Amino acid sequence: MEPEDRVIVAIAGLNALIGALDRDGYRVLGPTVRDGVIACGDISGVDELPAGWSDEQDGGRYRLTRSGAETIFGFTSGAQAWKRFLHPPRQRLWRATRDGDRVRVHAEPAPDERFAFIGVRACDLHAIAIQDRVLTEGAYPDPFYTARRKELFIVAVNCARAGGTCFCTSMGTGPAATSGFDIALTELPGEGGSSFVAQAGSPRGAALLRDVADRPATAEECAAAEAIVARTAASMGRAMPDHDLRALLLDNPDHPRWDDVADRCLTCGNCTMVCPTCFCTTTEDSADLSGTESTRTQRWESCFTMDFSYIHGGSVRASSRARYRQWMTHKLATWIDQFGTSGCVGCGRCITWCPVGIDITEEVAAIAQG
Amino acid sequence: MDQMAEPRMAHPLVPRVAHVRRRWRDGPDVWTLEIEDGAGSGFMPGQFNMLTVFGVGEVPISLSGDPADGNRIRHTVRAVGPVTRALARLRPGDPLGLRGPFGTGWPTDALDGRDVVIVAGGLGLAPLRPAILQLLARRDRIGRLTLVYGARSPDQILFARQQDRWGRRSDIEVAVTVDHATSPWRGYVGVVTTLIPRAVSDPANTVALVCGPEIMMRFAAAALTDAGLPETAIHLSMERNMKCAVGLCGHCQFGADFLCRDGPVFRLDRIARRLALREI
Amino acid sequence: MEDLQRIIRAHPFFAGLSDAFSELIGGCARNVVFAEGDHLFRQGEEADALYLLRSGQVALEITAPGRGTMTFLTLGPGDVVGVSWLVPPYRWSYDARVVEPTRAIAMDAHCLRRKCEDDPALGYELMKRFVPVLSQRLQAARLQMLDVYGPDG
Ligand SMILES: Cc1cc2nc3c(=O)[nH]c(=O)nc-3n(C[C@H](O)[C@H](O)[C@H](O)COP(=O)(O)OP(=O)(O)OC[C@H]3O[C@@H](n4cnc5c(N)ncnc54)[C@H](O)[C@@H]3O)c2cc1C
Ligand code: SF4
Ligand code: SF4
Repeated sequence: MEPEDRVIVAIAGLNALIGALDRDGYRVLGPTVRDGVIACGDISGVDELPAGWSDEQDGGRYRLTRSGAETIFGFTSGAQAWKRFLHPPRQRLWRATRDGDRVRVHAEPAPDERFAFIGVRACDLHAIAIQDRVLTEGAYPDPFYTARRKELFIVAVNCARAGGTCFCTSMGTGPAATSGFDIALTELPGEGGSSFVAQAGSPRGAALLRDVADRPATAEECAAAEAIVARTAASMGRAMPDHDLRALLLDNPDHPRWDDVADRCLTCGNCTMVCPTCFCTTTEDSADLSGTESTRTQRWESCFTMDFSYIHGGSVRASSRARYRQWMTHKLATWIDQFGTSGCVGCGRCITWCPVGIDITEEVAAIAQG
Repeated sequence: MDQMAEPRMAHPLVPRVAHVRRRWRDGPDVWTLEIEDGAGSGFMPGQFNMLTVFGVGEVPISLSGDPADGNRIRHTVRAVGPVTRALARLRPGDPLGLRGPFGTGWPTDALDGRDVVIVAGGLGLAPLRPAILQLLARRDRIGRLTLVYGARSPDQILFARQQDRWGRRSDIEVAVTVDHATSPWRGYVGVVTTLIPRAVSDPANTVALVCGPEIMMRFAAAALTDAGLPETAIHLSMERNMKCAVGLCGHCQFGADFLCRDGPVFRLDRIARRLALREI
Repeated sequence: MEDLQRIIRAHPFFAGLSDAFSELIGGCARNVVFAEGDHLFRQGEEADALYLLRSGQVALEITAPGRGTMTFLTLGPGDVVGVSWLVPPYRWSYDARVVEPTRAIAMDAHCLRRKCEDDPALGYELMKRFVPVLSQRLQAARLQMLDVYGPDG
């Protein structure tokens, strides 16, 4: 089968796909409803997916709603990005044991967990590709991320609806999944339940699809799938201003808007925690009481903390103005110098989960106004 | 040690174990550690290592020894916080963790035929010491060599005895100034920038290596450009918080540069604009 | 006289001074020599001169009760010592002690002030030369006040 060939997969087929991945030794993760939000967790079948759920999102606001339809992927981005599995919030790096003056350092072994992600959206595919660049393509790849990433299997889903804070179209990162997946699905709602127009993106994906597909998709079904994605793109309510963002931000380190946003920003760091590309970490060392064993653990860190830029005597970025500026300028400008791509994929999470509803697109627009 | 069997790049975040050989005081709260680094593979002047005190933490510290000394490396540490205090308390035979060397070095190989002005402030002389030793070892290859050093007060002067010895040599000029002094001090008093004009005789052919507190470097850079040096001939060593030293943790960003990888030594033309910005 | 004018013009502070002006201020100048330990002046005395250092080294010091004597600046060949002669009440606010045998040109302050009053163009010329020195000293004083080497330097 040619990778671009589309096939039809029924709900039962999707269930079979999850089962097949599970039997292949993958830890299958997908969206589930938990504590009033969509969160990614272990799943063993389609019935654990959030069928019938949708969401309302806006700056500082998220509410799970019943969609009134039985579609499985009718919701949009939740707070959690997939990075929590590939680049987890805590990662032990090593352990040292001491016997007299003799110390041995035991490197944490590379993880052998194989993840299969079900329901990755286009923005998050791009986010994973960005973290790949950051964490695996430099002179010193992150061994933990690299090991998890190598084994990752991705089932992508094209968005049938634009979330309230999404702006991927303007970032060129969605809503259609175009690469970086093993299988991509578009959900077609139907009388007797949804079916999926599926496309393989890798030989592994193609092999699995062969087993779970019902039949080739018709031209009408393919057109219907494309129309759904096109409608999503057209209905997106937010857009990043069309500008050379790199030049704009690097040329405006002293724009008055930074003071304005600093008055609103609580420097809580939520935006960095939910952002699927933010990768910064710090380390913690701990020792057992007897002093014979010590451990270093890496954990997520946010550029909004005072500790982040602390050098003896004080923080380099002591004001919230400087910290917001650092975050946004890194995301949209210096990231391009560092990794050849923007650090923003337009998923809208930072807007939704900001307690005061600060909107990165609005902040850019204000600076672009001059 | 088991991790030494592995290739060094395999686990960039895992330290190797080394041991302190000797330790001595080099100023108030400043200690130099001489460390036997069996797995060391040499370094460039200006580079740094990540030093771990097991159970306490890890910090970036410049190499301050002679690059010709092979596996016997030196670090000069000012005890200011938990990790540096723990480092300063290590005794001969004590183990410590070591990662590195990391970062860009001083361009000591590109100085043939040039006059060299070294401007150091406070502890900033530590990362410049290997450069001075290397330049003195091949003294005939460069022109005039001057060290301009500033400290807060006479008792804070780093490597004072070595600076005295350098001062007696005819192949390096040493000018030391302190911010404040009380009577027995017979040297210069005033900010380090005031000594710069005298150290530059042929600006078009002079290269400057600068390390010290950031404000001092900003003023030193201005004094050097006033003395006629182009920005491309001025090199500065910057400081930022640093956790991983391999461009993964994000802490040391200075604009688009990761200090650990693109620095700590930068040519002024690359960073001049940022140096003028606040809280960058 | 001729000789003094030549020396004045050779000093960096007066580099490029016109013939007319050097003749004018030459009349205020005299050669002075100080031995180690001498004072050019002391805190509180009348500021009656300006010194152009030709060789040696001079330490500017402030003595405070209970805190001893603190040197805050040393000056050497090519430097000027003394700005208090320019501004009322014309009193020195620190000591200038000779650290190394020093040769200098001393310019009489009364004489200079009078000539500046008589010839504003000369006054302006002197100001143009003094203001940069003042601003450098101010800048340096700020840096010292910041204590940049601090405990973390
Ligand atoms: C490239 C480089 C070279 C350095 N070379 C030397 C040297 O040769 N000698 C020396 O004494 N010091 C050097 N420093 C500074 C030294 O790393 C800090 O003094 C040290 O990190 C302080 O840690 P602490 O736990 O003792 O103190 P605290 O001040 O309590 O530090 C807490 C944490 O903040 C961070 N931090 C604090 N200050 C700094 C700092 N200045 N730079 C980076 N991170 C900091 C560290 O992560 C540290 O764990 C260097 C710093 C850099 C970036
Ligand atoms: S910056 Fe905001 S919109 Fe962009 S990728 Fe991060 S969380 Fe999503
Ligand atoms: S922008 Fe919003 S989410 Fe980010 S730190 Fe500020 S208040 Fe928190």
